[in-house]
Amino acid sequence: MKLLDVRSITMQFGGLKAVDSLSFHIKKGELMGLIGPNGAGKTTVFNMLTGVYKPTLGEIHFNGQAIQGRKPFEISRLGMTRTFQNIRLFKEISVLENVMIGATQHQKYSMLDAALITADYSQAEKALREKSLELLSIFGLESKAYDEAGSLPYGEQRELEIVRALGTQPQLICLDEPAAGMNHQETHSLMETIAKIRKDFNLTVLLIEHDMKLVMGICERIVVLDHGVKIEEGTPSVIQNSPKVIEAYLGVEEVH
Amino acid sequence: MQDFLQHLLNGISLGSIYALIALGYTMVYGILQLINFAHSDVYMVGAFAAYYVASLVGLQDSPGFSTLLVLLAASMVACSLLALAIERLAYRPLRKAPKLNILITAIGVSLFLQYFGQAVFGAEPKKFPAVLENKVLVSVAGVDVKTFDIAVLFITVVMMLVLNFIIFKTKLGKAMRAVSTNMKVASMMGVNTDRIIAFTFIVGSSLAGVGSVLVGMKYPSIDPLMGTLFGLKAFVAAVLGGIGSIPGAVLGGIIMGLSEEMVVAYLSSTYRDALAFGILIVILVFKPSGLLGKSQIEKV
Amino acid sequence: MTALRALKIPFLSFLVLIVIAFIGNFALDGFVQLLSIYVLINMILAMSLNLVNGYTGQFSLGHAGFMAVGAYSSAWLSTQVPFLPGPLQIFNFLLYAVVGGIMAAGAGYLVGLPSLRLKGDYLAIVTLGFGEIIRVVLLNTPAVGGARGFYGIPGPTDHDLGGFVLSKFLMGFTHAGFWCLVTFFVIWRLMESSHGRGFLSVREDEIAAEAMGVDTTQAKVRAFVLSSFFAGVAGSIFAHYANYLSPASFNFQRSVDAVIMVVLGGMGSMSGALLAAVFITVMPELLRPLQQVIGVDIRMIIYSLFLILLMIMRPKGLFGKLELTDLYKRWKARKS
Repeated sequence: MKLLDVRSITMQFGGLKAVDSLSFHIKKGELMGLIGPNGAGKTTVFNMLTGVYKPTLGEIHFNGQAIQGRKPFEISRLGMTRTFQNIRLFKEISVLENVMIGATQHQKYSMLDAALITADYSQAEKALREKSLELLSIFGLESKAYDEAGSLPYGEQRELEIVRALGTQPQLICLDEPAAGMNHQETHSLMETIAKIRKDFNLTVLLIEHDMKLVMGICERIVVLDHGVKIEEGTPSVIQNSPKVIEAYLGVEEVH
Repeated sequence: MQDFLQHLLNGISLGSIYALIALGYTMVYGILQLINFAHSDVYMVGAFAAYYVASLVGLQDSPGFSTLLVLLAASMVACSLLALAIERLAYRPLRKAPKLNILITAIGVSLFLQYFGQAVFGAEPKKFPAVLENKVLVSVAGVDVKTFDIAVLFITVVMMLVLNFIIFKTKLGKAMRAVSTNMKVASMMGVNTDRIIAFTFIVGSSLAGVGSVLVGMKYPSIDPLMGTLFGLKAFVAAVLGGIGSIPGAVLGGIIMGLSEEMVVAYLSSTYRDALAFGILIVILVFKPSGLLGKSQIEKV
Repeated sequence: MTALRALKIPFLSFLVLIVIAFIGNFALDGFVQLLSIYVLINMILAMSLNLVNGYTGQFSLGHAGFMAVGAYSSAWLSTQVPFLPGPLQIFNFLLYAVVGGIMAAGAGYLVGLPSLRLKGDYLAIVTLGFGEIIRVVLLNTPAVGGARGFYGIPGPTDHDLGGFVLSKFLMGFTHAGFWCLVTFFVIWRLMESSHGRGFLSVREDEIAAEAMGVDTTQAKVRAFVLSSFFAGVAGSIFAHYANYLSPASFNFQRSVDAVIMVVLGGMGSMSGALLAAVFITVMPELLRPLQQVIGVDIRMIIYSLFLILLMIMRPKGLFGKLELTDLYKRWKARKS
């Protein structure tokens, strides 16, 4: 079953086509990689999927529903959420509150409930707090629940981004270079955690990475983007042996 | 018809003064993304500088071309020095602070100048020295074209030409354009951004100085709060034209002056002050970038 | 039962307030009494603006406008509705405050919906513009006195209850204090809920907030409407205690006063806003003797210098985002 179906989307900024009639789909439960050299248009794809940009052309179907052009919060409420490449945490509030904000969309109590501390409110808040702490424990962040999010070290901020996204109870989570700036060992353990989260939460994952070696290990299927165009799609072994991919990555490969 | 032409002339004349003040807002916004609330009060201080210089050298009541030049010079110098001081003492320490902090500081500076002005100059209005004799120069189709209108238009046009020359023909102007496009890159290319910002303040506030003398000439009563509303309207003019855009500021100023004159002439003078804000709200709600505020327009 | 528990602390606070009112009634002179009511009004104003400027990160410069809407609609209503007899008239004032608040909230909705798309300084300018438009409209509405002002607004009066005088001050202070507590507890508790966290997320990062499913437009409008409601309530209390309104009481200066209270206290700190409200209300009176000596209104000179220095030396305000309770927790942690 196709959870996400992207049908020839194009994003044009003035004269520049950042993404050119890109099509791909993700099946429920899959862990898919979207890779490509820097500037290939990967983050633009994420921005279209999650509603930050409206595609110039094309359709995006999520759970059988057309979602292109909807507002980001609506898409998030449908069950697709994301992390950001250039960390966008709510820096000046606590780690715990960051996670709790993700669950805002599932809270049913009214402002009046909160003002009068009704039973609805108290139970919902208590449950949310416990659940959020539990989510934090995935990365062992529960001891820092009351620290300011901006005070966490870089690696933990990246992890908190993932936890916060999990707080929205998504079906599909889009991770935008979650390992950027991490060293080899940190990256390795992060990838393992991602694989584990996916199993525990029954998630579908779309992972952006420009370093292709990294995703080979955990992704089942990979789409390769270059200059906004899909140049290859398939299993890691297909990708590794594709001349087109090797060509696109030449030079980039040596840097890493 | 004759009435209408007279109002048209008045409106354009008033509008050019708005344009002069609006330029100061737009230039500073273009370079710092700051609504320089203090600009209107710098303009007020310019008027008082002209007033005091005139009484110092005994020019209160000798209208003429040389008086005009002396007052213009006094006002421009005073405004430039004041703006430089404000930039150096209040804005520069906050260069890396959140925009909101700088905005609040600007409000603070504006209030300070208003009330400090009341303490120093006195709150009661003062009579601005006579700058020129307001004679009817020509009468076209029953419309009197007077010295003031011609002087305002002439000076404004000259100022625009000078400004255009500075921005597009000099090295400093090139640097200004560079800093307003991208301060970081400009600074990496060896542009001394602090100096360019200071220079922008000087240019913008000199224009405000010119504006203050022209206003003093047309409406010869000045007080420490004269800048508040006038400045706000000039700011609206800048937003209307597209803030950051120099031709936009001029266009916005003219539209502002014309519509104000027409509202007073044909509707009611009580709503004159609400008009500016009405225009502002309509513009910001429907076209926040203003009339000419497109990215391809040269920003400074 | 939980509803009762929720009201326990507010109720106890209200009792304390009544005790303070009685002490004030007998111990303070008329001028200090009046000042203390203005302190309460400014506290409501500061807390409500803090909701928008501090917690939600929007910058409103037109708070006086909403206060004016509340004040004028409440004053107008009081000339239309018959008064209950004796001390029962406190219910009249409660009603006026609610109606004033609702009218202001409505104005807030009308202003907020189109303009909250705008960011930062643009929003500041538009709200300033709306505030001025409200003032100009009032200036040109003869039904509420126009430029002359609105005279003879009924307010609390002394009632002799068989020997005990329920004074104007007792009633006014209790009423203002009641709303001050309502404002405080509603906003405080809201900030401990998903709704409040939604506001915070808008302040912190709108794009991320949207990605987490927060309807940022709705959050902004809600914060704005609620804030306007309380500003309207403050206006209503002001109208009935001063018995006179003039459009000039709601000029740009008043909006700036409210902003100064929020900025001075620290944007996003309720304790800061409250303390700043006291400071900003009382300071001009303390400066009055000095003013008589040098003959100049130096209040605003000091305010503005203070504001500039604050932004440069302590840009997050005196309290930053901290509350007194946080400071207490820290102090306790340090002692142990």
